[in-house]
Amino acid sequence: MDIFIQQIINGLVLGSIYALVALGYTMVYGIMGLINFAHGEVVMIGAMVALSVVKALAASGLPVFAVILIALAAAALVCMAIGFSVERIAYRPLRRAHKLAPLITAIGISIILQHTAMLVWGRNYHAFPPILPASAHEIFGATITSLQVAIVLIAGLMMAGLMVLINHTRFGRAMRATSENPQIAQLMGVDINKIISATFVIGSALAAVAGLMVSANYSIAHYYMGFMLGLKAFTAAVLGGIGNIAGAVLGGILLGLIEALGAGYIGDLTGGFLGSHYQDIFAFFVLIGVLIFRPSGLIGERVSERA
Amino acid sequence: MTTLTLESLRHDKRAAIAATAVLGLVLAVLPFAVGNALGNSWLRIVDFALLYIMLALGLNIVVGFAGLLDMGYIAFYAVGAYLYALLASPHFGLHVPIWVIIPCGAVLAGFAGALLGAPTLRLRGDYLAIVTLGFGEIVRIFMNNLNAPVNITNGPQGISGIDPIHLGGITLAKPLTFLGFTIPSLHAYYFLFLALALLIIFVTIRLEDSRIGRAWVAIREDEIAAKACGINTRNIKLLAFTMGASFGGVAGGLFAGFQGFVSPESFNLMESVMVLCMVVLGGMGHIPGVILGGLMLTVLPEFFRHSAGPVQQAIFGKILLDPEALRMLLFGLALVLVMLYRPAGLWPSTTRRREFKGESTTDVLKEGE
Amino acid sequence: MQHSRLSSMTLAVAAALAMIGCGQKEEPKPEAAPVAAPEAAKPEISVAIGHVAPLTGPQAHLGKDNENAARMAIDALNGQGVEIGGSKVKFTLVAEDDQADPKQGTIVAQKLVDAKVNGVIGHLNSGTTIPASKIYFDAGLPQISPSSTNPKYTQQGFATAFRVMANDVQQGKVLGEYAIKQLAGKTVAIVDDRTAYGQGLADEVEKGVVAAGGKVATREFTNDKATDFAAILTKIKSKKVDVIFYGGMDAQGGPMAKQMKSLGLKAKFLTGDGACTPEFIKLAGEASEGQFCSLPGVPLDQMPGGKAFGDTFNAKYGQIQLYAPYVYDAVMVMAEAMKRANSVEPAKYLPEIGKTDYQGVSAKIQFDDKGDLKGGAISLYQVKDGKWEYRETIGGAPAAPAEEPKKDEAK
Repeated sequence: MDIFIQQIINGLVLGSIYALVALGYTMVYGIMGLINFAHGEVVMIGAMVALSVVKALAASGLPVFAVILIALAAAALVCMAIGFSVERIAYRPLRRAHKLAPLITAIGISIILQHTAMLVWGRNYHAFPPILPASAHEIFGATITSLQVAIVLIAGLMMAGLMVLINHTRFGRAMRATSENPQIAQLMGVDINKIISATFVIGSALAAVAGLMVSANYSIAHYYMGFMLGLKAFTAAVLGGIGNIAGAVLGGILLGLIEALGAGYIGDLTGGFLGSHYQDIFAFFVLIGVLIFRPSGLIGERVSERA
Repeated sequence: MTTLTLESLRHDKRAAIAATAVLGLVLAVLPFAVGNALGNSWLRIVDFALLYIMLALGLNIVVGFAGLLDMGYIAFYAVGAYLYALLASPHFGLHVPIWVIIPCGAVLAGFAGALLGAPTLRLRGDYLAIVTLGFGEIVRIFMNNLNAPVNITNGPQGISGIDPIHLGGITLAKPLTFLGFTIPSLHAYYFLFLALALLIIFVTIRLEDSRIGRAWVAIREDEIAAKACGINTRNIKLLAFTMGASFGGVAGGLFAGFQGFVSPESFNLMESVMVLCMVVLGGMGHIPGVILGGLMLTVLPEFFRHSAGPVQQAIFGKILLDPEALRMLLFGLALVLVMLYRPAGLWPSTTRRREFKGESTTDVLKEGE
Repeated sequence: MQHSRLSSMTLAVAAALAMIGCGQKEEPKPEAAPVAAPEAAKPEISVAIGHVAPLTGPQAHLGKDNENAARMAIDALNGQGVEIGGSKVKFTLVAEDDQADPKQGTIVAQKLVDAKVNGVIGHLNSGTTIPASKIYFDAGLPQISPSSTNPKYTQQGFATAFRVMANDVQQGKVLGEYAIKQLAGKTVAIVDDRTAYGQGLADEVEKGVVAAGGKVATREFTNDKATDFAAILTKIKSKKVDVIFYGGMDAQGGPMAKQMKSLGLKAKFLTGDGACTPEFIKLAGEASEGQFCSLPGVPLDQMPGGKAFGDTFNAKYGQIQLYAPYVYDAVMVMAEAMKRANSVEPAKYLPEIGKTDYQGVSAKIQFDDKGDLKGGAISLYQVKDGKWEYRETIGGAPAAPAEEPKKDEAK
């Protein structure tokens, strides 16, 4: 039983990380209908910056909490600047082009961000300095660290915050209007350029948070880490229903649980034929299953646009 | 200039024949010119470019003609490659001749395409993209893991010692002697790939002009309207997946024979993305554009590889930026710039170009290039 | 209609040709440097050594490490002023990136063949080494891989293929036995990263464990880009094993050891050469303490010149990542063969490589008839106070006594 609870916790933590990254995808998608493929790389930059700051300040004698906050602020600033410029340079000029055109620029931007990071931080893997207390809590024989508790809580908080922002503020109303119909929103006095820029900036700040959490939890950062993470998070966002904030979190958590339970139990259930080597595709099977019956994700709205 | 030449060719039958003849001659001489002037590594790149052109043309049917975003296309390439590898290598001790394998590869890949197409018929846009992406990964991961309990694909180790492509008693792995000429191996592969690429180009052109081709375009433009016009959208979409996939299967088989080694890492997601880039960058739905895209994205990274270091050396006298990083940066930049300045692709079809310009049709008229 | 299509096709290809043409102008000139001219009359001959490893992608750090070692070996050779066939030799390095991609591997291999390099060191991964080896073989170009461990590489019957690293079979057997005998394990869990390297080694370790009378309780899998291993480790925990073996690289091994500890797994962690790096300790942090790994060959400090090599490398390029000593040896083995053959021509010195008997910094190097390292000594290490500490060497010819009797370990 403790093993089962542990697997649920594993899935929850992993899922919360996916959810944090997925929120960034889904926000941008919700407003522009655009897959921001470079988002994973923005998370990577966030992780790298946060890690470098923590490394630099680890010996400074500042309290751990302050170090983390400064690192987060620095990472958020850098990521926001990147998010803002990426939208201006690579997406805005193509707003009226075919949907695949910004997809290609996004791939181009990913390659550029990745290799810029390689130039700045080198090819080596970086370890997150061990400044966080490694306190483990026991729940029914299963363990969870304080950091992991924090990750799950932060993912929840972020989701709640975003939902309030979108549904209950003036800015949120402008966002929804832009997403519904940019032309008419503009006629109603919404500066859609500003709204879209702001969405990217917020999404990138989320990426910075996610980056910090990932690098602290796994104590590793590398210029190549954004790709896989971005892909998984994107899958999570689609599973939940892309464009939907709650959907991103639901999708993320589900994906995490599927991977953990899949790796943990399917091997024994199938007599070793489908073991943890198929961990990465359990999620795709579930995804295909879900999409066959609900073509716009678990709680996504019906979409009618075409590729 | 382009437009001018095109116009004159369109009207003058003799000029068209002459141009075709010149092209034929150029294509025939190309491998020898490239091999001698630039070295065999460039010839190998040209060989790969031909494979990628086949892939890009196959994906173009799905993405460009039918407007279905497929991000797992490399899976069909993998199916073709693995079929060749399994049927013509010491792995199972089978040595089936190529004229059996390549058509089988096309059929099997086409079947896989239908398999992918069937459950995804209801999906649109990005949902289709992620499911096809997942399909690509599923195929790769199965190939990576089907070495146990029964060893089928030999897992991550890949299959080595694959028979080189051989026709009758002639093998392409060794220099061929033909009417007193000796054709080195890489050149022979070039001609084989060229022949198949031309065949695929021909089939694609015929398809585009056919009822099926027009049905694809109709679905791309407006699926509901197409349905209303009596097009069986389900079958036509499945056909797009099947046809596109079968081209991938052919290219895959050739790849396996050419490389002599296949392993799952050759068929990762990045490859699918690259083929998609070729289609979009070249000009979706426009065959010459797609060919150009395929060539460009194969040749460009290699060009950067050859020049990133030496050019820096020449300009600054030393290597300022890591050449490998610079190469990738330039490649990323090229993708972004092409899309920004030519959002419809490098060489879009005229109808497409008009669509991208939106309502201002006057711009199209003015744009003479 | 058809004609217009055909003519636009004509233009597509013509445009493409023009592009290739453009490439032509700039490309070959700077590339021309490494051309070997084996005429004895010239006062100085130039010998180009090709080196291939992934310099971009997830394994770029290892690739760069290999390249640095090759560069250092080349510099050392030029410093010695080697003379072959009566004339002074200048060695140059042609370093290439194969992105750990088999297709790129063959393109780069062809590029080296075209550039008429005199020999090739590489590639790093088995997945690129194997397809490239055919191209080198066809060109008669000797190839020494410093790090490909897949047995297939030398089993293809290519006379040009050598490696200065124990293959998976040699290392796996030792590791499997070690887990049962020295670590007193009864049950073992084996994890691998589903790469050609990780899976190949894990399969051999499984055989080794079974041969030594142990039991493999479960085999679990991850991938070479993963960071989260909680699910598989939890499953392993439920199997209550004594030893966990991981076949893969340090970037996964480090976090895995760390997550083992936070999940409360008490089993011993054992890994192969891919994670036998300082990187592993850095990434695992405190969790690395007491864990085990193996490296083919003999520790640097026990080899003549080994310590000097390590110090020089660390001063020049920073911490050795992993395969640097093997790369260095590979270059030296190639140069030695050229000296013995008194020729830099591939065809002339190739037979000499097979006869190598060279005291390298990683091991005493002799090849068997396939081109594999003879003997294949495997050394085991354990983390003590945040450093890999040498435990023992198993199998292979006993290490030649070091010139300076250095018994104490690295500090």
